[in-house]
Amino acid sequence: MPRWGVVIYPGSNCDRDLVHVLGTVLRQDVELLWHGEGDLRGLGSGDWILLPGGFSFGDYLRPGAIARFSPIMESLRRFVEGGGYVLGICNGFQILCEAGFLPGALVRNLSTTFICQRQYVLPVGDSVLTRYLPRRALDLPIAHSDGRYYVSEDVLRQMKKNNQIVFQYCTEDGRVVEEANPNGSVENIAGVCDERGRVFGMMPHPERNADPLVCPRPDGLLVFQSILRSVETDMGVVSVSN
Amino acid sequence: MTQPAQTTLDDAIAWGLTPQEWQRILQLLGRTPNPTELALFGVMWSEHCCYKNSLYWLKTLPREGKAILAQPGEENAGILALPQGLACVFKVESHNHPSAIAPYQGAATGVGGIHRDIFTTGAFPIATLNAIHFGLPHEERPRWHLEGVVRGIADYGNSFGIPTVGGQTLFDPVFTETPIVNAMSVGIVPQDRIIRARVHQPGYLVGIAGAPTGKDGLRGAAFASRNLQTDRRQEDLPAVQIGDPFLEKVLLEAILEAHQKGYIVAMQDMGAAGLACSTLEIAARSHLGMDIYLNHVPLRHKKMEPWEILLSESQERMLILIREQDLHNVQKIFTRWETQFTPIGKVTQRPTVRYFWGKTRIAEVPPTALMAGQGAPIYRRPWREPHYQHTIRTFQEQTIPLPNNLKEVAEFLTQHPNLCSREPITRQYDHMIQLGNRSVWFPADSAVIRVPQTQYALALTLDGNPWYVHADPYIGTWITIAEARRNLLCTGAEPLGITNCLNFGNPYDPTVYWQFVNAVQGMGDACRYWHLPVTGGNVSFYNQTEKGPILPLPIIGMVGLIQPITRQKTLAFQNPGDLIYLIGPTSSSLGSSQYLIFYHGIRLSPPPFFDFRIEDRLHQLIQALWKLPGIQSLHDISEGGLWSALLEAAIPLQKGFHIQWEPTIRPDAFLFGEGQSRILVSIQPEAASQLEATCNRYQIPFIHLGTVTSGDIRVQNQNWETIQYWTQLYQSGLKPYLPS
Repeated sequence: MPRWGVVIYPGSNCDRDLVHVLGTVLRQDVELLWHGEGDLRGLGSGDWILLPGGFSFGDYLRPGAIARFSPIMESLRRFVEGGGYVLGICNGFQILCEAGFLPGALVRNLSTTFICQRQYVLPVGDSVLTRYLPRRALDLPIAHSDGRYYVSEDVLRQMKKNNQIVFQYCTEDGRVVEEANPNGSVENIAGVCDERGRVFGMMPHPERNADPLVCPRPDGLLVFQSILRSVETDMGVVSVSN
Repeated sequence: MTQPAQTTLDDAIAWGLTPQEWQRILQLLGRTPNPTELALFGVMWSEHCCYKNSLYWLKTLPREGKAILAQPGEENAGILALPQGLACVFKVESHNHPSAIAPYQGAATGVGGIHRDIFTTGAFPIATLNAIHFGLPHEERPRWHLEGVVRGIADYGNSFGIPTVGGQTLFDPVFTETPIVNAMSVGIVPQDRIIRARVHQPGYLVGIAGAPTGKDGLRGAAFASRNLQTDRRQEDLPAVQIGDPFLEKVLLEAILEAHQKGYIVAMQDMGAAGLACSTLEIAARSHLGMDIYLNHVPLRHKKMEPWEILLSESQERMLILIREQDLHNVQKIFTRWETQFTPIGKVTQRPTVRYFWGKTRIAEVPPTALMAGQGAPIYRRPWREPHYQHTIRTFQEQTIPLPNNLKEVAEFLTQHPNLCSREPITRQYDHMIQLGNRSVWFPADSAVIRVPQTQYALALTLDGNPWYVHADPYIGTWITIAEARRNLLCTGAEPLGITNCLNFGNPYDPTVYWQFVNAVQGMGDACRYWHLPVTGGNVSFYNQTEKGPILPLPIIGMVGLIQPITRQKTLAFQNPGDLIYLIGPTSSSLGSSQYLIFYHGIRLSPPPFFDFRIEDRLHQLIQALWKLPGIQSLHDISEGGLWSALLEAAIPLQKGFHIQWEPTIRPDAFLFGEGQSRILVSIQPEAASQLEATCNRYQIPFIHLGTVTSGDIRVQNQNWETIQYWTQLYQSGLKPYLPS
């Protein structure tokens, strides 16, 4: 079983939600990590550190632009080098792009407004995040002002070659088409990973459709369960390269 | 030494006080106030702070209830007991005047302010609702209000991290210059962890936490205590505060951590009249005094006069009382969260509050002299019935022509800004954060929010109907309470209590005061009838311009309990073949309906049919239906009548309906009338006979109206298109007016 960490920045506001789903719903072992400290409380190879949604430092300059300077970022770099996994959700995704962990950038939605709604998302590729997800549209809510994924054509080509796209916005029946794109993201991209498949970022909030007491069909829970199953099944396959 | 006394009656009048109030100040102080002291009276005795023209009537409202944990006025918000040792803290507040001249900041700081009222008790806010009202959106100024207010609510609430889960948005020409913006916050705290706004002994350190103090929001309370003047918008802008949700978020986190560690002895948020009001209120409630050193207050602007520091309404600040020995630890917590805690004074035995600048005493007042209901005056103003009431009473329904084509009327109403989809607004609000919003997945007549770490939920509504209240303030307000209670019951919730925000014109206008007094009496009678405690409230007068007052608008926030959470009912039609029932009295009531006002343009008519005894039997019936197997949906019939209710039930799961009825009343009244005490029910066919028997048992009439279909819609055997057609119309109503 992996251990989990949730990083808290001033202005994070989905940290308690992640702790609820991981700790209470999935009965996992969760550590809270303060952005201003480098200490990862013993988390290491095979463990997962999540960067939650929110408005780190108010997001006044650009989402994630201040958070990327937090002392914990350097620890996260070493953590990934040592075989750990990082997943940024919403603001966490924005921070990981700003800090150069992930390619591309998240810019203002085409609508120019905040968009909060239920959203269908298709899992793509064979990453540890998506490997055990059903190949159908998952109902994973979004809530952001700056969620429009942008990346240059060159980099996008490279990302496709490396299977770095992990989620795409889609219709209820799983078609990845423009009308299903809520924010103007390049090729409906909702989530990506780094070249080695250890750092993930996604705009949709799996934790928001994960509590069976509130949600009738908790698709978001499948995302966390997919991670658990990947880790358990394929633990031996993870190669630590450095 | 104290500043020399040099004020006169003219100075008092400049602060908005009357000659009688000036005399009262001289009497209470036993001397002439100096300018700073007069400023304190000017603001603390403003309508906004001391409720001088409303308090007499508010005190008539019922406050008793087994769940009540704090009396109105005793704490910053109403507090009700919940299961498992928890408590629910909730309150509504208006930010009408600021929103009229600076919609974005006005609404944003309204949201920030109401949340502070909640977390000042130690509670963690779990939901916010808002009731916002504008002129017709195709006009420029109302559209500017709408766009700014929605963005202000969204930016503040989304960043602060509290879901915005419900409320209402309504449009009427009367709100063109005077938008009404009310926000409600609901928080949860363990009963034994409630932070009070008073202490029992002197010696505690008084500190100011959060943002530095600036010149924004000066005289905000005074601004809210007079009519809006359309030629003074520029001059009034400095009275509007500026909000910063990030500062409030870190303030909340720091306070929660300090409270967790037991450091907070008492706390009071800084809203209207800022530092002055918060220090005076804690001192008055504690029957103690304070020495406050204004030169220690962290400032945002270099040059600020002592009275400006006292009365600044800069946002994201709290007054916190701690033990002296904890200062170092408290400051460490606030610094870690990138905010600050600065000691500025002490609680004293001597029951006066003294404000110093270094060694110079700037002001000294007995705190009770400034308090609402104590030193502050209480008035009962004269009132008289407005002349338009005669027109309302003589309204004749048969003078309204019956339209040839009811489908066209339905199309008009479906797209009308008051009845169409609110999605262009609500999608801008984060309504899912904190994971508790069950109404996202099971749409219902009220917001349903799971209480963290429990198996139960709260049902929340925030509603009012200005047209009903204008037609008859007493009955209109009764209906507001009845409908809120009906909403909660249709959601499967047991109503616990209410709060309110009373939005009216100028109380010195006897016809406005007549509306106010009757509305409060209607609220009181309704709440006594159903044993609903009124846990607190807010009054916003002076919502008027040169052109006259707004429609009177008491907004009611009601809280109910759904335990266990699975008792929740949805309003959505579920399966084709389920039967649709209209339950409740069929009346030929067109009065004050959206149809009559906006289709026929008739603005003066009686409120819709309402009989509280029938209403009460219906409420008992709904509770009986909670347990009836086979019930698929329960939905209240309100604005837009049966037609709107049918569409609202059909749209979520994209079902259709075939309906048919014996025409005993005019068909427009049947489809679009807003007669009260009615609900729409869908049920599995095999359970229908039990439903009918239950209705008979409670002596409530019912009509078997038709069946749910997979998308096809037929009315009286006529083809009325499909659900896709109506969904498109329903979603189009507000789209032109908001970015999408």
